[in-house]
Amino acid sequence: MNSAINPLLLVTFFPLVGVLLILLLGSTGKNTARWIALLTSLVTFALSLWLLMQFDSTKGGIQMEINLPWLTLGGNTVGFHLGVDGISILMVLLTALLTPIAILSTWKAVEERVSGFMSFFLLLETGMMGVFLSLDMVLFYIFWEFTLVPMYFLIGLWGSQRRVYAAVKFVLYTMAGSLLMLAGILWVGLTYGGFDLTKLTDSAIPFTAQLWLFGAFGLAFAIKVPMWPLHSWLPDAHTEAPTAGSVILAGVLLKMGAYGFLRFNLPLFPQATLTLAPWMAGLAVIGILYGAIVAFRQKDVKRLVAYSSISHLGFVVLGTFALTAQGVQGAILQMVNHGLSTGALFLIVGMLYERRHTRLMADFGGLWRVTPLLGSLTLVTVLSSVGLPGLNGFVGEFTILMGAFHSTILASPWFAVVATLGVILAAVYLLHMFQQVFLGPVRHPENEKLADLSPREVILLAPLLLLAFWIGLYPAPFFRLMSPAVEQLLALIQTVVQTAH
Amino acid sequence: MESGQIFNLVPWVVFLPVIGLVVNLLLGRRLGEVFSGVVASLASGLTFVVAVLLAAALASAPNARVVSPWEWISIGELTVRWAFRVDTLSVVMMLAVSLVGTLIHIYSIGYMHSDVRHNGDPGRYTRFFVFMNLFIASMMLLVSADNFLMMFVGWEGVGLCSYLLIGFWYEKGKNGIGNAEAAKKAFITNRIGDFGLLIALFLIFGYFGTLQFDEVFRQAASVAAAHPGAMLLITLAMLLGVSGKSAQIPLFVWLPDAMAGPTPVSALIHAATMVTAGVYLVARSTAFYSVVPVAQTVVMWVGALTALLAATIALGQYDIKKVLAYSTISQLGFMVAAVGMGAMVAGMFHLVTHAFFKGLLFLSAGSVIQGMERGMHGGDDSAEFDPQDMRNMGGLRKKMPLTFWVYLIGGLALSGIAPLAGFFSKDEILGAAYTGHNAVFVLLVLTAFLTAFYMGRQLVMVFFGKPLSAAAEHASESPRVMTIPLVILALLSLLGGALNLPGVHTLEHWLAHTLGEVKPAEFIWLVAGLSFLLALLGLGLAWLIYTRREQKSGADDPLKKPLGALYTGMERKWWVDEFYQALILNPYKAFAQFIAEPVDLGIIDRVGGGLAAGMRALAEGLRQLENGYVRSYALWMVVGLLAIMMFLFLR
Repeated sequence: MNSAINPLLLVTFFPLVGVLLILLLGSTGKNTARWIALLTSLVTFALSLWLLMQFDSTKGGIQMEINLPWLTLGGNTVGFHLGVDGISILMVLLTALLTPIAILSTWKAVEERVSGFMSFFLLLETGMMGVFLSLDMVLFYIFWEFTLVPMYFLIGLWGSQRRVYAAVKFVLYTMAGSLLMLAGILWVGLTYGGFDLTKLTDSAIPFTAQLWLFGAFGLAFAIKVPMWPLHSWLPDAHTEAPTAGSVILAGVLLKMGAYGFLRFNLPLFPQATLTLAPWMAGLAVIGILYGAIVAFRQKDVKRLVAYSSISHLGFVVLGTFALTAQGVQGAILQMVNHGLSTGALFLIVGMLYERRHTRLMADFGGLWRVTPLLGSLTLVTVLSSVGLPGLNGFVGEFTILMGAFHSTILASPWFAVVATLGVILAAVYLLHMFQQVFLGPVRHPENEKLADLSPREVILLAPLLLLAFWIGLYPAPFFRLMSPAVEQLLALIQTVVQTAH
Repeated sequence: MESGQIFNLVPWVVFLPVIGLVVNLLLGRRLGEVFSGVVASLASGLTFVVAVLLAAALASAPNARVVSPWEWISIGELTVRWAFRVDTLSVVMMLAVSLVGTLIHIYSIGYMHSDVRHNGDPGRYTRFFVFMNLFIASMMLLVSADNFLMMFVGWEGVGLCSYLLIGFWYEKGKNGIGNAEAAKKAFITNRIGDFGLLIALFLIFGYFGTLQFDEVFRQAASVAAAHPGAMLLITLAMLLGVSGKSAQIPLFVWLPDAMAGPTPVSALIHAATMVTAGVYLVARSTAFYSVVPVAQTVVMWVGALTALLAATIALGQYDIKKVLAYSTISQLGFMVAAVGMGAMVAGMFHLVTHAFFKGLLFLSAGSVIQGMERGMHGGDDSAEFDPQDMRNMGGLRKKMPLTFWVYLIGGLALSGIAPLAGFFSKDEILGAAYTGHNAVFVLLVLTAFLTAFYMGRQLVMVFFGKPLSAAAEHASESPRVMTIPLVILALLSLLGGALNLPGVHTLEHWLAHTLGEVKPAEFIWLVAGLSFLLALLGLGLAWLIYTRREQKSGADDPLKKPLGALYTGMERKWWVDEFYQALILNPYKAFAQFIAEPVDLGIIDRVGGGLAAGMRALAEGLRQLENGYVRSYALWMVVGLLAIMMFLFLR
C-alpha cells in the first residue's frame, strides 16, 4: 500500500467531514447544508471508484486491509479491522452511489431542519460503509447498531403521519435480532479467543454450537432482510419514511442482512449452513410468493413497493442458500439490482407524492399522458423490477433460479420451480400498479396539470436506469468482480461437504 | 465483399431497428410525422436488405454460421454469449419478418396519420414507430439467437412490444381501461407460458450442460435415451411457452383481446410474426421433438384442437378484426399441428404464407375500418357506433374497390383456393396428417371447411349487399401509402405458393440444411382435391346463406336460428374467459386479499415477534418525549459515540 491513507478509511469516514462542516456552517441556510451533504457524498462516491480502481479483481481474498489494535474485551483484542473483497466492494459502491441520489431527492421534499437531516444522512453512510467493510465482529456490531440511530431519526422526525410508531417498530425489531447476535458474537469471541473474522474461519466450531450460532446471527440478518415471517416492520418503515430514507432503507440497509449471511453464517457456521439451507430456501420461497401476493392487494403505492422488496429479497436469500456459484453470484448481483430498481421505484413514488400529496393509487390514473417522461421512465423501472430480459433484474433472477434448480445442497428443483412462479406474480402486481397510476383516462381533474420531470429528477433516475441496462446487457464485469471471492467461499463450504461424507 | 464477411453483418438485423428507434426517440417528435415514419420504415427496410444478403450468402454455402461478439453471463459452468446464428431456418424467419414488417411500417405511415387524429392525440405518432422498431429488433433477436437464453430475451422482448402496442391507446376501450386491461392480460398470459419455457431452460442446462443450440441438439438423442422422462418434461414445458406465445389451448385467450391495438399491430405482431414464434421454437427444436414421440403427439393434438375450436368461434364473431383474430389462432393451430406431426417444413411453409395473407387481411381490414371512419363523418357520429362491426358494413366493394380486391385475394388464399399461397401450404399440412394421423386429418379438414365458410361470411358481410349504415354508405378508399403495401402483399399471397411447389420443394431443400433431410412431402391428389372442393363448398355455402340474410343493421346472424345454443356458444367464445375468471382470477384475488389483510395485518403483524402491542404503548410514550431537546440530545449522543471511537482508534 503506497498511498498515505487507506482508501477504506477514507470511504468510510469521509462523510463525517460533511457532518462537521454542516455543524459549523449549517446555520447559514438550508441550501448550504444541502450542498455540503451532496458534495460530500459525491466525493465519497468518487473515493469508492478510486477504491475500485485499486481493487485487484483477480484475487479472492481480503484487500487493502487495515488492522489496528483497539480495545480489549474479556482479555481478547478487538481490532479496528477493515478490509474489502469482491462481495463487499459491490455493496460499498452501491452505498456510495445511492447516497448522493437520495440526498439530491430531498431538495424539495425536506424543508425543515435540513441540516439535521443531512447530518443524519451522512452519519448513516458512514455506518453502512462500516458494516460492509468491518472484519472484526465487535466492530461490525458497533456499525450495525450505529446505523439504527440515524435511520430512527430520519423516519421518526421526517416521516409521515405514523412515523413514530414506524420508527420505534423498526428499532425494536432490529434490536430484538441484534441482541441475540451480540450474545453470539461474545460467545464466539470469548470461546475462540478473538473477534477477528479472518482468523475465526479456521476454528472448527462444534456442530451443535454452530446451529445455535447460526440461529442467533441468522435471526438478526433475517429480520433485516427481511425474511418471511419477520417482515412486519418493513411496510410501516417504508411507508412512513421520507423518500430518501426509503431509498437507502431498501437500497442498502436490507442488503446488510443478506450480506450478513454471506459474511458470517456461511463461512463461520458452514455445517449448520448445510443443514439449514433447505429451511432457509423454503422460507425464501415463501417470501417470494407471499410478498408478491400481498403487494398485489395494496392500495398505497409505497406499501406495494415495500412488499415487492420482500419478494425480491426472497430471491437473494434463495440464491445465497443454493450454495452454488450461479446462486450466490446471482444473489449478490440481485442485491445490487434491487438497490437500483427498487431505489428508483421509491424515488418515483416520492415524485408522485410531491406532486399530489397522496400515495393511494386510486387518486391517480392516466398519468402517462400528463407526464410522459415520468411515465416512460417508470415503465423502464417497472420492467427492470419485473425481470424483463435485457434489463438487470432478469440476469439476477435467472442465475439465482438456475443455481437453485441445480443445487446439490438443496437437492430438489422444487424450490426453484415454485420460486419461478414469482416471476408471473411479479408481472401481476407491477403491471397492476403501472396501470392504476399511469394508464386509463385521467379520472381526477387535479391530475390534469401535473408537471413532468424536472432536470433534477431526471438526473436522479438516469444513473439507476443506465446501470439497469448495463447489468442487463453486459453483467460480465460485475460477475468478474465477485467471482474469486464467491469461489473461495464456496470452496470452504465444499470442504465441509466432503468431510461430512 | 466475401461471403464470410457478409455473415458478420448479422448483428445488424438487431442494431438497425435499434438505431431507428433511438433516432426517433431523440428527434422524432421534433421533426414530425413523415420523418418518424420514414426513419422507422428505413430501419426495417435495411434490416430486410441485410436478411437478403445473408440469404444470398447462404445460398452458395448453406451451413450454419455463428457470429458471437460478446460474452453475456459466465458463472461456473454456465456460459452464455450474445451469439447470432445464420442458418437457413433463421434466415427464413428474418426474411419473412423484415419483409412483412417493412410493408406494415410503410402502411402505418398512412394508417397512423388518421388513427392518431381519430383518437385525438397526434403527439403519439412517433411513439408508435419507436415501439414498432423495438418490435423488429426483439423479433430479430429471437430468431437470430444461437442459444436458448438469448432467444428468451427476444421472446420476452416481443411480448413487451405486444404489451406496449396493445395498450397504445391506453386510455381507451371499455370504461377507458379496456385496452390497458387487454395489454396486461397479454403480458401475464405470456408470462405463464414463459414460466414453462424457463423451467425448460433450467432442465436443458441440467441435462446438456449448455444452452447453445448445436451442442444441445447434438446430444438430444443420447440424453433422450438416458433420461426419457427429462426429455418429456423439457418438451412439454416448452410447449407451455409455445401455447402462450402462439395462442394455443389453454393460453389463447389473450390474442382476441389483443385486437385492441392499432390494426397494423394486429397484422404484424398478432398475425404475421410474433405469434409464430412458438412454431419457430418447435421447428428449431426438431431434434428434441423427434426423439420424444409422446410430446409430438401432444403438440399435434393441441394444435389440431386449437385450430378447430378457434374456427368455430370465428364463425360467431361480428367484429371484423375478431374474426381474423380467431382465424389466426386457428391457422397457428394448423402450424403447431404440423410441427407436432414432424412436418416441420410444412409448418414453416404455412408460417410464411400465412404471414403474407393474414398480414394482408389485417391491413385490408384496417383500410376498411378507416374507410368506415371516414364515412362516419357523413352521419353515424354517435359514440356507440362501432366502425369495426360487420353488421354495420355491406356494399363496400363499390366504395373501396382496391381494398376489396386485395381482401378477396387474402380471403381466397386463407380459404385454400388453388393456386393461391394458402392452398399449397395448407395442403402440405393436410397431406402430412393424411399419412398416419387419421383423427387429426378429420379435425383439420373440418377446420379447413369452416375457414372457407367464415371467410365467405366475412367477405359477403363486408363487401356485398347494400350498405347497412351511413358510414358504410359514405366510406371511401384509403390513400396510396396504404394501398401500395396491400398490393405487394396481395402479390405475395397470390404467388407465395411458389416457395415450395409440389415436386420442386425449394423451401424444403433450403430448410433441410438446418432441419436435416426430411422425406419430401407427397402431393396427394385425393387430399388436394378434397381440400379444394371443401374450400369451394365453404365459400359457396356462405355466399348462399349470407347474401340471402335479412340485410338490416343489427340483424341476427342467419345461423342463429338453425344452430340455436351451438351458435350462442360460438358467439360467446365457449365461455372460456368466464371460466378462467371464475376458476383462476377471482380465486387469486380473494386469496391475495385474505393473505394481505387477515393474515399479514391480522396475524403476522401482531404475532411476528410479539412486539407490536407493547410497541404501540412505547410509541405513545416516546411521542411525548419527541421535542427539540430530545433530538439534540440524541444528536450529541451520536457525536459523542463517534468522538470516543475516533479517540480509541487514533490513540
